[in-house]
Amino acid sequence: MFGMDWIDLGILLTKVMLVIAVNFLILMIMELAERRVSAFMQDRVGPNRVGPFGLLQPVADGIKFLFKEEITPSQVERTLYWLAPALVLVPALLTFSVIPFGMSFSAFGREITLQIADLQVGLLFIFALVSLAVYGTVLGGWAANSKYPLLGGLRASSQMISYELSIGMSIIGVLMLVGSLRLSEVVAYQTGSLFTILPRWNIFTQPLGFLIFLIASFAETNRLPFDLPETEPELVGGYHTEYSSMKFAMFFMGEYIALITTSALLTTLFLGGWDVPWVDEAALGSWGVLLSLAAFAVKTGFFLFLFLWVRWTLPRFRFDQLMHLGWKVLLPLAIVNILATGLFLYLAP
Amino acid sequence: MIEQMTDMTAEPKPMHEFIYDPDDQRMLLNFGPSHPATHGTLRLLLELDGERIVDCVPEIGYLHHGFEKLGEYRTYNQTVTITDRMNYLSPMNNNLAYILSVEQLFGIQVTKRAEYLRVILAELSRIMDHLICIGTHAMDLGAFTVLLYFIRERENIYNLFELLTGTRLTISYVRVGGFARDRDIPDAFFPMLHKVLAGLPAAIDEVDRLLSHNKIYLDRTKEVGVLSKEDAARYAVTGPCLRASAIPWDLRVQHPYSSYEDFEFDIPVGAIGDVYDRYLVRMEEMRQSIRIIQQAIAHFPDGPLNVDSDSKVMLPEKKEVYGSIEGLIHQFEVIMPNRGSRAPLGEAYVPTEAPNGELGYFIISNQGNGPYRFRVRPPSFYHFQVIPLLLRGRLLSDAVSVLSSLNIIAGELDR
Repeated sequence: MFGMDWIDLGILLTKVMLVIAVNFLILMIMELAERRVSAFMQDRVGPNRVGPFGLLQPVADGIKFLFKEEITPSQVERTLYWLAPALVLVPALLTFSVIPFGMSFSAFGREITLQIADLQVGLLFIFALVSLAVYGTVLGGWAANSKYPLLGGLRASSQMISYELSIGMSIIGVLMLVGSLRLSEVVAYQTGSLFTILPRWNIFTQPLGFLIFLIASFAETNRLPFDLPETEPELVGGYHTEYSSMKFAMFFMGEYIALITTSALLTTLFLGGWDVPWVDEAALGSWGVLLSLAAFAVKTGFFLFLFLWVRWTLPRFRFDQLMHLGWKVLLPLAIVNILATGLFLYLAP
Repeated sequence: MIEQMTDMTAEPKPMHEFIYDPDDQRMLLNFGPSHPATHGTLRLLLELDGERIVDCVPEIGYLHHGFEKLGEYRTYNQTVTITDRMNYLSPMNNNLAYILSVEQLFGIQVTKRAEYLRVILAELSRIMDHLICIGTHAMDLGAFTVLLYFIRERENIYNLFELLTGTRLTISYVRVGGFARDRDIPDAFFPMLHKVLAGLPAAIDEVDRLLSHNKIYLDRTKEVGVLSKEDAARYAVTGPCLRASAIPWDLRVQHPYSSYEDFEFDIPVGAIGDVYDRYLVRMEEMRQSIRIIQQAIAHFPDGPLNVDSDSKVMLPEKKEVYGSIEGLIHQFEVIMPNRGSRAPLGEAYVPTEAPNGELGYFIISNQGNGPYRFRVRPPSFYHFQVIPLLLRGRLLSDAVSVLSSLNIIAGELDR
């Protein structure tokens, strides 16, 4: 099959399993972190009863969700109602398949890349999948056939579409610099240093693009201050108001996985991926591989914490203000960024 | 569906006339009675065009307890326990408003010391009310952390109330002629009060930094839910909501009660009466309340706390009850329903400045040992009426912002 032998297939399957397992592990950590970090910020204790330091709280939550009554309201459009949670979770998980999370190394006489698939159109693939995730939210809101979810679904569709545009425009600058959609090349481009003191990360060459991408990714992942599709105090829970049990949990898992993927993507695109500045990882052998994995984890962890930090600090936007920000501020800025990058590339040798 | 009620004198349409019309693009949305943003049980029937509110009908009655009727079957002192269940965020202000009317009916002048203690507790209650009002308001706008910063401070005040009164939420501390306990204020009270007051400004300033200049918060609150001066007066809006609409009316100054004339404090006034002004007025009122409490502590009078038991309204000290025949007779005179401390024939009403606005208890006596009829003037009842005025033409998100800024307490709204 495509010139693969059993070892190749084994390696690939191992990587797939590893990525999914690690994603779910981080998901559980995030679930706990969300509650413990918010508790820390709000001068509370937080959940600390299940297991040592409350570490088993996510397990308890998961078991609770599994045993909750599965309610399918009588008025729902059944097929879509059942499909919607999966439509949120699956694309979010798939996105991680093209993100390089460590330096490649040789084993079994092969070059093993720490990336499931190094697609030529890696970035396009990601945006295709992220757009798919919108369907889950929108269909979930529509299929529930209830007023609050409908409003949530409506908000989700217009919010995500308008921010997807900004997010897509904001990385064009990066693409112009790198000259490739392949994510491994995006990382490779960012190794080395800039003006000898700074690492050559895209955050320094594309600060505006980074800012737009960061803000828009808050909207893409439905996190406060852009959590308008669910807005508990307004829409009671928005698109997932009518969901219960594991279907409800899947929306949440999808949200967190999307959060992890977005953080990983931010790291890859703007923070040099697994690159450790001023260190030549290749010279360090297997330690270099571990170092690159650690660097990737730390950078992604930083963004994950940032998402938590912002959520527990800021109030949320109103719908019209959100659209205003998306269409009249971020989108023009992204276009300016593209023009500026083009001008720079034209003038600079 | 709902006709625009431009004519204010027009009869509102009855509920059953809101009939579903499939061809109409507009949607009827039940905002409550069970909704995360109502913080209680009240209902707004919203007519939406997309997300825009075309019209709004507030409906009351979901939390009706029959408090006023209950009061007719209780003695004056027993009724106190009903009052702090109306606005459970500021129990002392409810206790005070009720007991002032009763004392006016009886013609009793309580001691200066009791008045000062009542002022201290009432101002603490006011701070508590504002803390929760701003906290839940911020929470509804998404800033959940603000609520918990304020809950922490309220917890300190609760602990203080627990020390003094034995209860935390429904304190029911006042009695006709003074307070419920025959013992004096515990020694630990004032040191603890100082500690509570020391912590408050820091928390208020912290929230000030989090919200007052926050661009997102300003966008959500400025020029949202503007209540004009004229409308505020026409709808009998009182309290911080009235002052936010640039009318400097505060009953503590205009009609002082319980020695409020002894204290020096400012009345914060808003500029245009939007949600942001109401927030600012409440923030400043908390600071002014701290000022009042500090003055009350500095000039706290000595002497007895309760009126003399010869007045036949106050229970005598337990030592007297068990030690002398007069004391025992006094005790029975006050306690026994067929004897009791009977009020003279008449009516009484003392308006007070509760955290939400004017709160008063109108009491009619037919010489019984409890009110013949009593009627509450709860500020929330009047504020609830202005909601359609503030919401028409706004977005659904503004409903949350406006509702929480008016601080509608369902307990006192429906009584």
